[in-house]
Amino acid sequence: MTVADTISEKLTAEFAPEVLEVIDESHLHKGHVGARPEGETHFRVVMTSATFDGCNRVDRQRKVYKALAAELAGPVHALALSLSAPGGG
Amino acid sequence: MSDTPVKDYIQNEIDQNEVTLFMKGSPVFPQCGFSAAVVQILGHLNVKFKGIDVLQDGDLRQGIKEFSQWPTVPQLYVKGEFVGGCDIIREMFEAGELQTYLEQKEVATA
Repeated sequence: MTVADTISEKLTAEFAPEVLEVIDESHLHKGHVGARPEGETHFRVVMTSATFDGCNRVDRQRKVYKALAAELAGPVHALALSLSAPGGG
Repeated sequence: MSDTPVKDYIQNEIDQNEVTLFMKGSPVFPQCGFSAAVVQILGHLNVKFKGIDVLQDGDLRQGIKEFSQWPTVPQLYVKGEFVGGCDIIREMFEAGELQTYLEQKEVATA
């Protein structure tokens, strides 16, 4: 399973998202610090989930960081997050 | 070894400086695109801030993550309050919220 698949799976299980996009942006960071030649180091996640309702930005990101703690401690060097609740906010 | 000295150092910095950015590299020469983006936004808003390079010190690099319960760098503090990392700063800036926030916090912008 690729790192992207693992991320998708964990986020789906934890947040039951209405929208989930896991985008591998590793190619944009080729040769940068933290980039491995095999890629899968830099990701962007766009997610809409009802579990974010009433949470501020910091809390939302903390939830995602917590769900992906193993990945962040391992292969993932950078994780850009764009998180929202359904209906905006 | 205790990690208290690092936490004391961080607490002292965010108490002493109105705006503190923990980042990779220096404000003049950021070593990471995400740090560079935040520096650019703060510069655009003419916010005076202290940039602290976590790459200079392995204990600090780890310590700041534990201190803020936030696993990534950059991290922005305003008057002792954790505001967020690159995504949040960028979102707030684009929505005009960062400007409002800084005004509410009475942060001097030149």
